[in-house]
Amino acid sequence: MIMIKNKKKPIILDNPVINMFRYNIGIVAVLLIMCIIISFATNKFLTAANVVSVLRQISINTYIALGMTLIIILGHIDLSVGAIVAMSGTLTVGFIVNQGLPISAAILLGILIGVVTGFVSGFVVSHFRVPAFIITMAMMNIASGIAYVYSGGQSTRITDDFFAEIGTGYLFEVIPLPVVYMVFLIAIVSFLLNKTKFGTYVYAIGGNRESASLSGVPIKRIEIIVFTLSGFLSAFAGLVLCSRMYSGQPSVGNGYELDAIAACVLGGTSMSGGKGRISGTVFGAMVIGIISNGLNLIGVSSYWQLIIKGLIIACAVLLDVQKGKIRNLKKKKAVNNN
Amino acid sequence: MKQTVLEMIGIKKSFSGIYALSGIDFNLQQGEVHALLGENGAGKSTLIKVLGGIYQPDEGTIKVRGKEVKINGVPAARENGIGIIHQEIVLVPYLTVAQNLFLGREIETSYKTVNKAEMNRRAAEMIASLGVKIDADTLVGNLTIAQQQMVEIVKAVSFNGNIIVMDEPTSSLSNEEVEQLFQIIGELKKKQVSIIYISHRMEELFRISDRVTVIRDGMYVGTKKTSETNPNELVAMMVGRDLESFYTRDYCDMKKAEVALKVEELTQEGVFDGISFQVHKGEILGFAGLVGAGRSEIMESIFGARGYTSGTVYLHGKKVRFKNPMQAIKAGIALVPEDRKKQGLVLGNSVSFNMTLSSLRFYMNGIAINEKKRKKVVQEYTDMLRLKAASPEIEAGSLSGGNQQKVVLGKWLATKPDVLILDEPTRGVDVNAKFEIYSVINELAKQGIAIVMVSSELPEIINMCDNVCVIRGGKLAGKLSREELTQEEIMKYAAGGVE
Repeated sequence: MIMIKNKKKPIILDNPVINMFRYNIGIVAVLLIMCIIISFATNKFLTAANVVSVLRQISINTYIALGMTLIIILGHIDLSVGAIVAMSGTLTVGFIVNQGLPISAAILLGILIGVVTGFVSGFVVSHFRVPAFIITMAMMNIASGIAYVYSGGQSTRITDDFFAEIGTGYLFEVIPLPVVYMVFLIAIVSFLLNKTKFGTYVYAIGGNRESASLSGVPIKRIEIIVFTLSGFLSAFAGLVLCSRMYSGQPSVGNGYELDAIAACVLGGTSMSGGKGRISGTVFGAMVIGIISNGLNLIGVSSYWQLIIKGLIIACAVLLDVQKGKIRNLKKKKAVNNN
Repeated sequence: MKQTVLEMIGIKKSFSGIYALSGIDFNLQQGEVHALLGENGAGKSTLIKVLGGIYQPDEGTIKVRGKEVKINGVPAARENGIGIIHQEIVLVPYLTVAQNLFLGREIETSYKTVNKAEMNRRAAEMIASLGVKIDADTLVGNLTIAQQQMVEIVKAVSFNGNIIVMDEPTSSLSNEEVEQLFQIIGELKKKQVSIIYISHRMEELFRISDRVTVIRDGMYVGTKKTSETNPNELVAMMVGRDLESFYTRDYCDMKKAEVALKVEELTQEGVFDGISFQVHKGEILGFAGLVGAGRSEIMESIFGARGYTSGTVYLHGKKVRFKNPMQAIKAGIALVPEDRKKQGLVLGNSVSFNMTLSSLRFYMNGIAINEKKRKKVVQEYTDMLRLKAASPEIEAGSLSGGNQQKVVLGKWLATKPDVLILDEPTRGVDVNAKFEIYSVINELAKQGIAIVMVSSELPEIINMCDNVCVIRGGKLAGKLSREELTQEEIMKYAAGGVE
């Protein structure tokens, strides 16, 4: 082991910015290649307006993917996020328009409903050891059902200016508010995951549950917190989305869970738990966002976009696996040379 | 001189730059039982895996009946007549004995369906030829471990195996079952089958082996005729130094010391029953017994990792009952678990991550972790335990067994315990790391930490402990003080026969 010690390593290990790119080298490469290809294909891609618009487009998926990252690191999965987006959004708008609740109360209530849904999933997963796949699938159906029952399947328009401002407003008249939230949330979740006891425990539970338990990690509590957080982030995504669309639509979050999972996996989060980074997930969300944006600009039909999106995700993941293989090969060579 | 059936010459094998085997010579004669002896981590299993085609040697040659062969997989090992009985049974529990014996080479009828009757008939023949009584039509899952092992032996022989390797075959057998096994080994010898027998148990080796080869730290130490050697000589060969200097222990007077942990009539139905003991500050209390006697379960119950139906635990004279390990840790108890890979470490995370996982509450700065304090602690225990890791940031899983164990020890010492429970603290650890771990344990006892040490390695129990509890079948079979400790005395209680 001493033989393969790399003298440069400790210096690089200490620099967080270099680290961010080093750990995510595969996905960053995919991102760059995509940007280069698209910017050759169309000159509308690399404009300030389009960059801002891409960031705004990925923000909703990023909120959800942040929670999903924690859940996947824990070794679980949350299929209910898309349905929570729809339920919380529809109910919030409905509370304002139909029930005439004050906006702030309606927002709080809408978020609370998402939080409770996440809490219930977390409680069932941690206390009854029901696989998260099953219980969150059940919650997905329930949440989606609630949204449809409440709205009767109709979308509800909302014309309130303050409510619209949440999703369509700008900071300093250039940065869209959803992007501001995104940056803020990334910072908070990164801090939680990397700098606190909570984050360390999340990795420990996902890496080796039994060992974590014997190490005094409060597994149940951490699981509940993570699922609750995921519920909160989804509800928040629902709020911002409704505000941007000036309406609450029960069909809106359909398939969002898959985009969030894709962002995590593209970013190198291991589906078997224990490994993953927020930076990776953010890059993953960017790749997914830029695929749709770029293909739209080039004028590819949305049906073809699905195929291309699938191919790019498959390639990116393959590339990531290859990266691991190459690293192992290098290790072997280093050993043999000694 | 009998014919030599197997020769291994200069076998070398390394894993990520570290030699597990650095030049092993071994030869086996027809019809002999050749014992392979060595400490945990000495390289016995690696050597066997090379022979069984699971690992490819980096260097060295293997000759079967004088002909050089390449064993590049399990089928190749079979073709050369080599059969391995692993410690873990690898039969399919939901198939019958006959189905297991013919797995992958089923006998077919002319309609290409499986000919069950013929398989059962032939299986019964095979079983009977070794003097074993097992019904070929029962499910393997319904057999005892000993019977399953016998099925494995029958299977190995049925592949025309004339070189059979038994990896610690008696580790989970009762005395009676051991006798049965020895009878089978006798049968095999009569059939001119050669056997490589791996075991730690000296008495067994002297009963059944013809020759003994000792390896240490992946190196060949020597081969002796069993009739011309004695246990002390073999132990000295295994350990490579005087036993006296190997174990460090400064005993001190226990009479005045405070009782740190006291357990009264601890019972969990069906697992252990009426366990009472106490351990003083600065004392090392050993827990001896056979594997599966319930020792680990007792410790886990005290630690709050599993429940108990009745009984009381006192910590520093105060009654306690921990609902989970977190409470136990906060109260000052630490448990170094038996299986470091499954229970001790998060293998994919860094050394630093693992070492501080249980003691994070000491390094908090508000809600954030203070990395400086954390680094300092990791450094402190790295030095104290002489942990060899390229950096605190490398994955714990990439370290050797001994260093992994040191990380687990460091993790628990960082919680600043008053009572330290060690469950098999040196299992699968190389000799040097063992020596270092012993001196750390001695140091800790000198500092006044009460230590409970569960161990299946009798020399370790005898040379480190002040007092020893022997557990058999979940019950306290006997208590021995330092003056009474001998291997025979402990085994007498552990294996039964003393009432």
